[in-house]
Amino acid sequence: PGKSSARPQPLAPIEKILIANRGEIACRVIRTAKRLGLRTVAVYSDADADSLHVKSADEAVRIGSAQARLSYLNGSAIVEAAIRTGVQAIHPGYGFLSESAQFAQLCNDKGINFIGPPASAIRDMGDKSASKKIMGAAGVPLVPGYHGNEQDIDFMKSEAEKIGYPILIKPTHGGGGKGMRIVHNPGDFVEALLGAKREAATSFGIDTILLEKYITRPRHIEVQIFGDKHGNILYLYERDCSVQRRHQKIIEEAPAPHVSDDFRIHLGEAAVSAAKAVNYYNAGTVEFIVDTFSDQFYFMEMNTRLQVEHPVTEMIVGQDLVEWQISVANGESLPIKQSEVPLLGHAFEARIYAENVAKGFLPATGVLHHYRPTPSASNVRVETGVEQGDTVSMHYDPMIAKLVVWGDNRTAALVKLRDSLSKFQVAGLPTNIDFLTKLANHQAFEDGNLETHFIENFKDDLFIDPANSLSVKEAHDDAEYFAALVAACICKKEHCNLQDGALGNGLHSMWYASLPFRVNHLVERLIELEWNSEHESSRSELLKISVTYLSDGGYLVETGERDSASMEVKVTYLGCHDFRIEADGMSRIVSLAVYLQDQFEHIHIWSGPKHHSFKHKIGMELFDDGSEAQHKPNFETASVSPGTVVAPMPGLVVKVLVEDGAKVEEGQPVLVLEAMKMEHVVKAPSAGYISGLHLSPGQQVPDSSVLFSIKDA
Amino acid sequence: NSASRLGWQSISTLQTRGFCLAVLPDGVDRQSDGFTRNSEAMDDLLSQLHSHIRKVLGGGGSEAVKRNRSRDKLLPRERIDRLIDPGSSFLELSQLAGHELYEDPLPSAGIITGVGPVHGRLCMFMANDPTVKGGTYFPITVKKHLRAQEIAAKCRLPCIYLVDSGGAFLPKQAEVFPDKDNFGRIFYNQAVMSSEGIPQIALVLGSCTAGGAYIPAMADESVMVKGNGTIFLAGPPLVKAATGEEISAEDLGGATVHCKTSGVSDYFAQDELHGLALGRNIIKNFHMAAISETTAGFSNVKATVKEPLYDVKELRSIAPTDHRQAFDIRSVIARIVDGSEFDEFKKLYGTTLVTGFAKVYGQPVGIIGNNGILFNESALKGAHFIELCCQRNIPLVFLQNITGFMVGSKSEANGIAKSGAKMVMAVSCAKVPKVTIIVGGSFGAGNYAMCGRAYSPDFMFLWPNARISVMGGAQVLLHNISIFWHF
Repeated sequence: PGKSSARPQPLAPIEKILIANRGEIACRVIRTAKRLGLRTVAVYSDADADSLHVKSADEAVRIGSAQARLSYLNGSAIVEAAIRTGVQAIHPGYGFLSESAQFAQLCNDKGINFIGPPASAIRDMGDKSASKKIMGAAGVPLVPGYHGNEQDIDFMKSEAEKIGYPILIKPTHGGGGKGMRIVHNPGDFVEALLGAKREAATSFGIDTILLEKYITRPRHIEVQIFGDKHGNILYLYERDCSVQRRHQKIIEEAPAPHVSDDFRIHLGEAAVSAAKAVNYYNAGTVEFIVDTFSDQFYFMEMNTRLQVEHPVTEMIVGQDLVEWQISVANGESLPIKQSEVPLLGHAFEARIYAENVAKGFLPATGVLHHYRPTPSASNVRVETGVEQGDTVSMHYDPMIAKLVVWGDNRTAALVKLRDSLSKFQVAGLPTNIDFLTKLANHQAFEDGNLETHFIENFKDDLFIDPANSLSVKEAHDDAEYFAALVAACICKKEHCNLQDGALGNGLHSMWYASLPFRVNHLVERLIELEWNSEHESSRSELLKISVTYLSDGGYLVETGERDSASMEVKVTYLGCHDFRIEADGMSRIVSLAVYLQDQFEHIHIWSGPKHHSFKHKIGMELFDDGSEAQHKPNFETASVSPGTVVAPMPGLVVKVLVEDGAKVEEGQPVLVLEAMKMEHVVKAPSAGYISGLHLSPGQQVPDSSVLFSIKDA
Repeated sequence: NSASRLGWQSISTLQTRGFCLAVLPDGVDRQSDGFTRNSEAMDDLLSQLHSHIRKVLGGGGSEAVKRNRSRDKLLPRERIDRLIDPGSSFLELSQLAGHELYEDPLPSAGIITGVGPVHGRLCMFMANDPTVKGGTYFPITVKKHLRAQEIAAKCRLPCIYLVDSGGAFLPKQAEVFPDKDNFGRIFYNQAVMSSEGIPQIALVLGSCTAGGAYIPAMADESVMVKGNGTIFLAGPPLVKAATGEEISAEDLGGATVHCKTSGVSDYFAQDELHGLALGRNIIKNFHMAAISETTAGFSNVKATVKEPLYDVKELRSIAPTDHRQAFDIRSVIARIVDGSEFDEFKKLYGTTLVTGFAKVYGQPVGIIGNNGILFNESALKGAHFIELCCQRNIPLVFLQNITGFMVGSKSEANGIAKSGAKMVMAVSCAKVPKVTIIVGGSFGAGNYAMCGRAYSPDFMFLWPNARISVMGGAQVLLHNISIFWHF
């Protein structure tokens, strides 16, 4: 199909809409659609049959198995579902098929309104090299670089010399930081280039690469633009998305701090001319890289979709962008002019991910045993696609929710952000909430000194330094105090459970009186809680807490060694997960979440901005002997011997680089795993010979399973 | 008029709420001298009592307590606290027994007894205190133990023995051993209570020597803790003196020996906490079955049913049509029981027979499945398990995949015929509902022991791959050849 410059033929007005996506964005689109009186259709893979987006929609259609390639990326199955349910339009969300020109074209061919830009604009902007050529011609400033078709390695290397190091290597297709490499010196160039090509080929199917000058102190600022089918294009101001880890955004804000009105207009107009150059309509984002040294901005790329962080823009312009998308798709004109776009206050978005911060932000999977997001309000929005009890699986993006807050100005919004983060309760899998809290409380963040290396630059403040004994001691004392409160709450909750007759027996209540009866003495209990200090993820400390039941219904709680600090604690159970605790002459409300996993009771406590988690051994062991191998698939991995390498997360084996029995050097890549569409290279922990490596590409490995081990000679 | 009507209403409200008019008056003069005098005198007595109690609660003194902790062992009262429902009450008995009775103090007579709830079921606990004279039995210890058993028998309370004792205190053996209400009566009581359907459970948390060894051996079910728990009639020094054999306590009568080889104990615990958790689980299992109302032998349980964790459709891929191929019967059990939860009984002993408790649609059942040829041990284990289920009115499910009993000189000499007969006898006499499912082969006498048609299962089902015959095809061929040679 050639480029169709003709305007699309008039389509039927939208009354029913299919959302070709999952998770929070599907739920978010459904919400607006319902408000507008449109009927909704969800699509789902086998892994998502019971997910929130399926339950939220009026109808839902199964489109394939768990793997995205066979479901959410299966354009023809989605279009088939659209035809079957009789929708007029498809909203693609973000990710998956949202930036597939083919899919947009397929929708058009089948007479379904694709809620997004014209297929031609997606095609033009999808190829980064091509898009830069178009932008250069339209007068949008570009980062010096090489965007040619000649992909010969030696030639590329000479181009890199011309641009000057450091150099950024980037696939021409795709996004999200996948396949990107930064090279500081020429010696590393070839290896990085080959790695980028491989990752690009597996992620996007095309392995052409471009080179760019790498800007050392860059800010990532992007402009939200919006166009209608009548040639009008607006900019809805900018967002600062500089705070990133693994090249992915985690906190975004709008408007960008420390930006003058002149610069803002300048940037906005550049974005509009970029959009005009490709006859754009519907929602789009033009990303710029801003060099903080020179205040120069350069065009990076244009995202031809509604972005993850669009809510911060909605908060400051007071508009519903999904509503705009639908009305533009219906052929209507934009409701306001550029001069009428308001700029109200300030908004933040924090992305809450299931990830292991201490392990280098590796994606995590697990069950949301406890999930209580911050309550929504006019200035707090929680965009989520999961509920308590749901599983965050390895098949899709591990984002749990987006927390969006608004304030009159940046300071007020930041206060709200910190408060809302502290009220966001998740237990069952590791999350980045505590990390986001630290980030939001950092002085440099408060000052708005943002750049894309923010986390790297301030890592000493953001991660606990085990060498700093003062902060370690402080963290320990804090944990011990909360362990004492946890112990008192456990005792209280147990008693409430017993009295509720949870055991369902007809036993007289005196056996479960609030002061457990003992002949001539009071009950004293020892509760041992394991505490994992976050800076040493492998080591845990056993906190011993002694609880004596007092005749007034309170508890005498002693921590640490005998005869050390003791306090009287009174606990009132408020229902659900909340307790009121009176101790130390003050009363406070805490929330507790408890779930069972791996023969441990996992206990989380939240109190104000504090959050701690403990483990409590319950003496149950599933594998009570070492004799029968077939019944302990996890037993071996639990106690791996040194030199054994286990999977850092569940994933797919993409490439096995050495053979079993081969000799390897320390740090030599052994195999490549893919999870959450990211490649992770598993390296040899020491020099030696590989043994027990029986994996082949395409094989799935569960978390913590043994991959191979290293043997000396 | 309206006021009087209101009055009538409130009286009728009182009536419907069942207010009682017969409330006793206070009748105490708090200002009187007697009131003050009495309370002062009583306070004195109470403070005396409390000071005695404080000493008693300290067990055998701080040194002994420390030694106990260094072995990863809890004190007897702490053990009981972890067995009873968390935060529930415990009625301790005879707390001051042995007080100033002998030359040396004997706090609580060296044994803690009392009543407390486990999973909502009241149980009698008898816990040796190893910090007091090594938990040995003085005459008063025996008396206290027997008294607790007497109460348990009268009130039909399941008995939980927390064993950690060196047996009889030998210097006083004349008062401990020979008479009717002496040491021997403990085992007599155990046997009688068990026969009356009162469960007897022993947790071996420490040493359990000589006479003490019979407590777990006589129990219906017992748990042993690795490293700490030992059962033997004579300890290593005595063994060396008697036979010259040098052996460690663990090798002589540790958890591994008794759970794997001798079959004296039924559950293997990694540590004390695990052992106590297993103890709670045992009580949960007999409790569930016992309280259920029954209709035609099946209980009428209304429970939330958990689906098996694994896909039941996979059963068809598990059982091979070739009967020579072995498969783990647990993978079948895992696909048919609620939540795939299976409390396995005697897991390490007689491993070719798998026995344990589970639920099917909320109904507690005892499951017996084959994992190979029946050996002596497997047959004895099967008989034991069937008797347990009968005692507690738990229906039995047989998962048959059996090529028969072990043959050969060693097996015959070990009395496989008699062991097999014991299991066949247990199956025959079991008065609980029986369901047999043949999931593979059903050959020879194995068919009998696993409740074949002749043993009156209430229901019997066959999988499409099932085969029943006196012997397998290959054996029949051999048999025919040997017949041929006779001609």
